[in-house]
Amino acid sequence: MKLLILLVIVVGIIAVAQLAKIYQLSARLRGHREEEISEADTRLQGSLWIVFMFVLFGTTIWQFVRYGDYLPPSASLHGEAVDTLMGYNLALVIFVFFVVNALIFGFSYKYRYNKNRKAHFFPHDTRLEVIWTVIPSIVLAVIIIYGLQTWSEMTGQASDDSLRVELYSKQFDWTARYAGDNDEFGSTNFNLITPLNPLGIVTQEGIDQALLKIEDKIAKLNGELSVEKGHLLAEKVELERSLHPSDDHGHSDHDDAHHEMSEGYKNNLETRLSAIDDLLDSGTSKVMTDAAYEAKEDKIYRLKRHRQRILELKNYEVGEALDAWEIGKDDRIVKSEFHLPIGREIEFVFRSRDVLHSAFMPHFRAQMNTVPGLPTRFKIETTITTDSMRTILDNPDFNYILLCNKVCGSAHFNMQMTIVVETQEKYDAWLSEQKVYMAEKN
Amino acid sequence: MGNINHKESFVSKYIFTYDHKMISKQFLITAIVMGILGVSMSILFRLQLGWPGESFAILETFLGKWAPGGVLDRNAYLALVTIHGTIMVFFVLTAGLSGTFSNLLIPLQIGARDMASGFLNMLSYWFFVISCVVMVFSLFVEGGAASGGWTIYPPLSALPQAMPGSGMGMTLWLLSMTLFVVSSLLGSLNYIVTIINLRTKGLSMTRLPLTIWAFFVTAILGVLSFPVLVSAIVLLLMDRMMGTAFYLSDIFIGGEALDATGGSPILYQHLFWFLGHPEVYIVLLPALGISSEVIATNSRKPIFGYKAMVGSIIAIGFLSFIVWAHHMFVTGMNPFLGSVFVFTTLLIAIPSAVKAFNYITTLWRGNIRLTPAMLFSIGLVSTFVTGGLTGIILADSALDVTVHDTYFVVGHFHIVMGLSAIFGMFAGVYHWFSKMFGRMMNTKMGYVHFWFTIVCGYGVFFPMHFVGLAGAPRRYYDSTSFDFLDSVADLQPIISTFAIVGALAQLVFLFNFFYSIFRGQPATQNPWKSNTLEWTTPVEHIHGNWPGALPEVHRWAYDYSNPAHDEDFVLQTTPLKDGEVGH
Repeated sequence: MKLLILLVIVVGIIAVAQLAKIYQLSARLRGHREEEISEADTRLQGSLWIVFMFVLFGTTIWQFVRYGDYLPPSASLHGEAVDTLMGYNLALVIFVFFVVNALIFGFSYKYRYNKNRKAHFFPHDTRLEVIWTVIPSIVLAVIIIYGLQTWSEMTGQASDDSLRVELYSKQFDWTARYAGDNDEFGSTNFNLITPLNPLGIVTQEGIDQALLKIEDKIAKLNGELSVEKGHLLAEKVELERSLHPSDDHGHSDHDDAHHEMSEGYKNNLETRLSAIDDLLDSGTSKVMTDAAYEAKEDKIYRLKRHRQRILELKNYEVGEALDAWEIGKDDRIVKSEFHLPIGREIEFVFRSRDVLHSAFMPHFRAQMNTVPGLPTRFKIETTITTDSMRTILDNPDFNYILLCNKVCGSAHFNMQMTIVVETQEKYDAWLSEQKVYMAEKN
Repeated sequence: MGNINHKESFVSKYIFTYDHKMISKQFLITAIVMGILGVSMSILFRLQLGWPGESFAILETFLGKWAPGGVLDRNAYLALVTIHGTIMVFFVLTAGLSGTFSNLLIPLQIGARDMASGFLNMLSYWFFVISCVVMVFSLFVEGGAASGGWTIYPPLSALPQAMPGSGMGMTLWLLSMTLFVVSSLLGSLNYIVTIINLRTKGLSMTRLPLTIWAFFVTAILGVLSFPVLVSAIVLLLMDRMMGTAFYLSDIFIGGEALDATGGSPILYQHLFWFLGHPEVYIVLLPALGISSEVIATNSRKPIFGYKAMVGSIIAIGFLSFIVWAHHMFVTGMNPFLGSVFVFTTLLIAIPSAVKAFNYITTLWRGNIRLTPAMLFSIGLVSTFVTGGLTGIILADSALDVTVHDTYFVVGHFHIVMGLSAIFGMFAGVYHWFSKMFGRMMNTKMGYVHFWFTIVCGYGVFFPMHFVGLAGAPRRYYDSTSFDFLDSVADLQPIISTFAIVGALAQLVFLFNFFYSIFRGQPATQNPWKSNTLEWTTPVEHIHGNWPGALPEVHRWAYDYSNPAHDEDFVLQTTPLKDGEVGH
């Protein structure tokens, strides 16, 4: 490896030396000044513009032929409108790209320097300037109006009978949630997230579980703090001082106080002292840095705050004597693959646990960021089942996909979920097999 | 005033100098160093993207634990992407471009002895240097440099537990950017004050070269928008260090429910893009100004529609402040608000179109000298148009949904902002090199450099549009696990190959640049037969720019091939002839 680096350095030095030689040579050979562009150079550089133009246009056309069908046909209703809009816009953009670039490169060739000619003095022309202010304005007005029409259609309110699916993001996976038989999502709270309740659905059981978890953590931390060697030793010294003050101080002022100590209290202190001695002898005591000790104390403080936030949650009634904390019990939670029925409007509700993510479903022309603390929405209407798309593409392995499109950490590029679009019957059958949130635990 | 040249120590001449010409060179060379760094980073991650998972032994040699087994680590990949973006946008194309050419050209083209405040100018440069040092240093701290993308959206950037790069590296990123903003503000204020107050006799605003107009509007954009970035950064720092919750709410991470409630990550995006979008034009306008000057000079024609060009610069500058939320169509903001931003964004296309057509008309029936600077300027017009056109698709919210955050966006902004701005910078360097160093650069090498750069530039970024249309997200470490992207998978190695060749071609420029500083052909006073005032100063730099009295201006900057004169250029200092109508 070192040899290779050496080689690179040597080659580099040779290259620089050669460049210097060329540099000197080209200056001397031409025998005239750098700023004077020779006729040969003018001809060559002018022609290169034309060559470049053909190469650029040629490869552009080639890319359109080869990669122009960039995605399969849209699998959502609004996506068809988006694709049409994209088609018109791309056509316009490509047209202007060809025309304007041809003018730039063509003029650079055609009007290349000729010492016998003087340029045409043409400082301004109001008519021309008005033309190329007005024409782009009109074209843009059309683009804006057409674009905003599509935009307002695709972002309008979802209808009441649309199917709502929640997509929940965290580093680095997705979870989908479907409402249960009551057709409503249970409310959620990030304070209630536990391994068994990954979405933080609010139920009495969920609350109990989260509280239990916090108590466990606090107890464990307190346990760790209680066997810290430095603190134990300090306490031991303190206890011994209380029990035998004269040993330490050497003067007898405190003796009276010592005698006044009740037997019960003294026993307590002695019990504690021997407990400390046992801990120190048994080797369960651990040494901790001050910083680590404080961090643990801090953590306990935060856990207590966390517990407090949970205790402040209040239940409320949601019509017909239904508890808010009951609704979520039958929610269905799905990982790694979720299904959608064909031909239905689906309103996605997006939530995030930790950082920004973005739910990107390229085949449905759909994308929406997921924001912690702020649920976002996007509606689509499915039009092509997974099976039909496989037939269309002649690819039995094809799958619709949900991916993360907002950088969210080291495994960002691998945060995906498969989407299956199928008939209502199949979808119903699939859904009934999915895990019901509370049933899972009971 | 006379010649106020006097003996200076090495330190006061080359390091803590007040002289705008020296400061401009300092900015340029610092930016070149940062540029080398930024481009090298892009090559590193392009290796991974072109040949995912392939082992390059050389990577491990150079990067050590960042590339175990010769494969770039996924966290290192994100860090490289982030720092590449930051360096190129801020350090190269903002400070490098404005810092170099505003400093060089403002006093020279308006007939001033120096900037209004030489001291602020020096401070501006040194804040920039410190900011660069901090940014480079952040690469080496524990957890690595900031890795959440150059836009550093919270909560990812606010929570150290969210990813390794959100620890010390992110704090340093924020510190570095704060210093950068200080530098930028000091510079911009100085440019504005100088242009308003120090124009020489006869040089009215309507006679200013378009370069100065561009630098002027750029500086105003900077002064108005960079403070907003600082506010965003301060709030983010407080969220990180003091337990506030400006950007945080309802977060459960690392097995813990955070205390923060009520903040909004979207607020950060509004603040960031309030700078972020004008920033695009802070990068682009100076390049457009430079190319206006280069194209007029080398077409031997007045720039077409001077007033429309000035109007367009101002219109673009104004509009750039009311389009920021087009970066946020898919954040869940009210769709009606989205519509408003679609409208304002597409409005920008109008002044942009006017500029493009005016450039083309300037070329029309010109007598075009194809110097390297001119080639780069023509290339700029092409990339400005090409990249601007795909912007029309991204500005349309309904279409943005399908291509947002994909390679389509990467292709778009690298062409319209990356290539255009860097072409403008190269054009400026080739054109004003003699003004900076008193020598000429080698033309032949300039040609080689240009053709490799434009071919590779288009070769890298044009295919990205197709990759994006196929739905490939940007900032993916590896997309090979997605079957639906197979159709465009073969484009990735092509893109990477062009990137490597294009980067190597820059070595020709580097050689030409540094060799010419010492060995270039000694320059004459006005090599390009240009009209503007900088060409009336002596080749040798003197403090105060003009040995005698300041020049007096009698006409606009674009009297090229004026039929009333025999020569095809007329210096701005030439008095009007009898009966000649001035501008």
